[in-house]
Amino acid sequence: MVENNRWGNFFAHLVLILGVAIVIFPVYVAIIASTHPPGTFIRGVMPLLPGPNALENYKTVITDGRSRAGTPPIGGMLWNSFVMAMAITIGKLSISLLSAFAIVYFRFPFRIFFFWIIFLTLMLPVEVRIVPTFQVVADLGMLNSFAGLSIPLIASATATFLFRQFFMTVPEELMEAARVDGAGPMKFFKDILLPLSITNIASLFVIMFIYGWNQYLWPLLITTDPEYYTIVMGIQRMVTGGDSEPLWHLVMATVVLAALPPILVILFMQRLFVKGLTETEK
Amino acid sequence: MASITLDKLGKVYAGNVRAVTDVNIDIKDGEMIVLVGPSGCGKSTLLRMVAGLETITEGTLKIGDRVVNHLEPAERDIAMVFQNYALYPHMTVYNNLAYGLKNRRFAKSEIDRRVKEAAEMLQIGQFLDRKPRQLSGGQRQRVAMGRALVREPAAFLFDEPLSNLDAKLRVQMRVEIRQLQKRLGTTSLYVTHDQLEALTMADRLVVLNGGRIEQIGTPMELYSRPETVFVAGFIGSPAMNMLPSDYLRGLVAAEALAHVPAKADLIGIRPEDLALGPAQEGALALSGRLLLLEPAGAESHLHLSFEGMADTITVRLPHVPDVAEGAMLNFSVPRDKLHPFDRESGKRLA
Amino acid sequence: MQTKRIPFSSRWLPYALLAPQVIVTLIFFIWPASQALYQSFLRQDIFGLRTDFVWFDNFSRLFADQLYLNSLKVTLIFSVGTTFLSMSIALLFAVMVNRMIRSRDSYTTFLVWPYAVAPAIAGVLWWFIFNPSIGIMPYMLKGFGYDWNHRSSSTDAMILVIIAAAWKQISYNFLFFLAGLQSIPQSLIEAAAIDGASRFKRFWTIVFPLLSPITFFLMVVNIVYAMFDTFGVIHATTEGGPAQATNILVYKVYRDGFVNLNLGSSAAQSVILMGIVIVLTVIQFRYIERRVNY
Repeated sequence: MVENNRWGNFFAHLVLILGVAIVIFPVYVAIIASTHPPGTFIRGVMPLLPGPNALENYKTVITDGRSRAGTPPIGGMLWNSFVMAMAITIGKLSISLLSAFAIVYFRFPFRIFFFWIIFLTLMLPVEVRIVPTFQVVADLGMLNSFAGLSIPLIASATATFLFRQFFMTVPEELMEAARVDGAGPMKFFKDILLPLSITNIASLFVIMFIYGWNQYLWPLLITTDPEYYTIVMGIQRMVTGGDSEPLWHLVMATVVLAALPPILVILFMQRLFVKGLTETEK
Repeated sequence: MASITLDKLGKVYAGNVRAVTDVNIDIKDGEMIVLVGPSGCGKSTLLRMVAGLETITEGTLKIGDRVVNHLEPAERDIAMVFQNYALYPHMTVYNNLAYGLKNRRFAKSEIDRRVKEAAEMLQIGQFLDRKPRQLSGGQRQRVAMGRALVREPAAFLFDEPLSNLDAKLRVQMRVEIRQLQKRLGTTSLYVTHDQLEALTMADRLVVLNGGRIEQIGTPMELYSRPETVFVAGFIGSPAMNMLPSDYLRGLVAAEALAHVPAKADLIGIRPEDLALGPAQEGALALSGRLLLLEPAGAESHLHLSFEGMADTITVRLPHVPDVAEGAMLNFSVPRDKLHPFDRESGKRLA
Repeated sequence: MQTKRIPFSSRWLPYALLAPQVIVTLIFFIWPASQALYQSFLRQDIFGLRTDFVWFDNFSRLFADQLYLNSLKVTLIFSVGTTFLSMSIALLFAVMVNRMIRSRDSYTTFLVWPYAVAPAIAGVLWWFIFNPSIGIMPYMLKGFGYDWNHRSSSTDAMILVIIAAAWKQISYNFLFFLAGLQSIPQSLIEAAAIDGASRFKRFWTIVFPLLSPITFFLMVVNIVYAMFDTFGVIHATTEGGPAQATNILVYKVYRDGFVNLNLGSSAAQSVILMGIVIVLTVIQFRYIERRVNY
């Protein structure tokens, strides 16, 4: 029998509901913990039901921060994360669109050579060239700046290849028609190619925003001034800030705030997200 | 409006691949020239050379009095209708028509006037706010025409514009394009692989084969007096029958073929020039066995085998005869309907 | 590699278009990488006064160093564990969700969002759940007679970071497995059913082999993820401990370069990591080449 039987379906639902519960559990626990007063965590097991201190905890982290642990207010870190994520996303998209356009629509000396240079970035993640990259950024005076947080991360072979792939599928005749209609290369790019790429741009935007927001090692390396801390790396300072147990209620409020923006992006743009994910990796 | 002169035009691609050789055509102002030939004959390349989408590697191209060899497509004062229409999918019909004018910095009111006028002429006025994907094939074809029309160019270039339409629509659009072209009197260069389309639309047609011109002439010139074996076979459907002249000489009295040059070793006979019945005075008599009778309503096609000849012979009759398959039938061909060719050179001999 | 049939012609424009990407790549990728390569052949004395060219000495020292060998072993266990755990759970979910018709999208929504959680945050979340004094998991494990403490037990610490790293990656694997399952023609499964294969047998003889390209692809991607993108998981929780038990290569290269300031050794470690990424990328692209035409 090929159709689903009733017991099989029941079993499948059971597995999935359990699975979803396990997948959600860590975030559920974080949300619950963020609503309790500090005393709850001194002894005993962590709570599984909401407490009364939600408003107060969130107010504390957003405005006061935890000066004792050396982190600035969360509000500022959220803003830094947002600026960094947007700068990385927009930067990656723009330079990738331009390079893909050059590679597909022009024939020029060293074209293949440039293609391979871009390809190389795939093989050199920050993690494998930590110290020398830090030195370059330090030499350029880009430590503790938004430029330093974003520019070194905006090269993107993946996005360039994806746009290249898409441009190859755009019918040749559109470019010819545009040429007959008196459009030069940049006009064609702006009037025809960009509007046609809009879904690709949007789905990559989702993926790259998440990538940018979740940067950890890079901001850790190049920010020493709390002014430029991003939220994801800021949490680490709160957790391992001292020998004492972390202030869990505040840590978890921060965790919730740090995880929320990218999660919302995925939930509201699920279709674009899935498209972006499956296409960039293919 | 302008004439177009193709003077010894040629195209050689990188790697010494030859696509077009020594093409000379004088297109008169307002004339409709159709380039026809089998796929790969160079007809599209030639059109795209005129458009400026392919570089010209040999010869000169003039539009009006200007040599345009090195001008961008936009500077040549031509408009083009593409095979797949190449409409901008994200723009409305209105903007598709207006785009070329906007790029040329026409005044808004002038753009509006021209778009409305073209839309009126092509009956697409009610679709101006739609996107191309919301239109049927025929409507898209009209929009593509409209985009060429609004420019009021010196010449229209058509690259197989009807090949994506179904048979019925193709006939209808063929008529409309021809009427429009005559009304506007715009010089046009039209590419097709369909010989019927070529015959019906052209003022003059150009048959291309292997990148070279086989023959230029009016449809009736080409049909009644094909200059090469290739043209004889390509123009007309069903195709012209080709009989070895040795075979014919063995069959009929010598004086019946007196006017055929001795060198001619191939004799062409159009299917409709064979009449059923005994030979008339001054005509050739032939007989063959009927293999298949294809009735087609107003006319019929008969496929016959002639004794001692491998190829079958096709006959077109203006009625459906009452004959049985397998029967021996007699035909006659007027002497002046024989087309003598030299097999080796492929050229007509008289 | 193709371009359009008739490209635009401009002498300088394509270079201008490529310039931003290429400049960023040269300054922040190629140059630092070549520096790492160069530095991996150098050694500074303790006071930073003299620098000697030592050829492959940094490398041979590394492979004689128990700490580095331990880190290699830890990385291997961590990567294989994370990959296996995450992929098998994701495959189970995907197979189950693929049976559903109406509820498919709802389940998918619930299962995809952990992708958005940063590795460091995933680490903190599980670190909290497994906290030896207040965490819910140690409390429950105590009920089974197991005394959980990732601060002292190497095994516990390794399990913790594997769970945290795998949890975040389930969404990704799930989406690819689901897409793979949906591309298997129903007619094949029906044909197998007519041939008398049971549901279980159909999965292992038809479905799973047809998924093998995706499985292979995901294996490579997950190993890359576990080796390079999980820095945050380690850094925000165990910091490599206890007793080097979770000191994966990426974390070690950071510690040696930034905290211990042993530049020559750190550079040599970077070069080895680069070698690993290059091999993995080549494997990944060889596989992709069959589907994507460059």
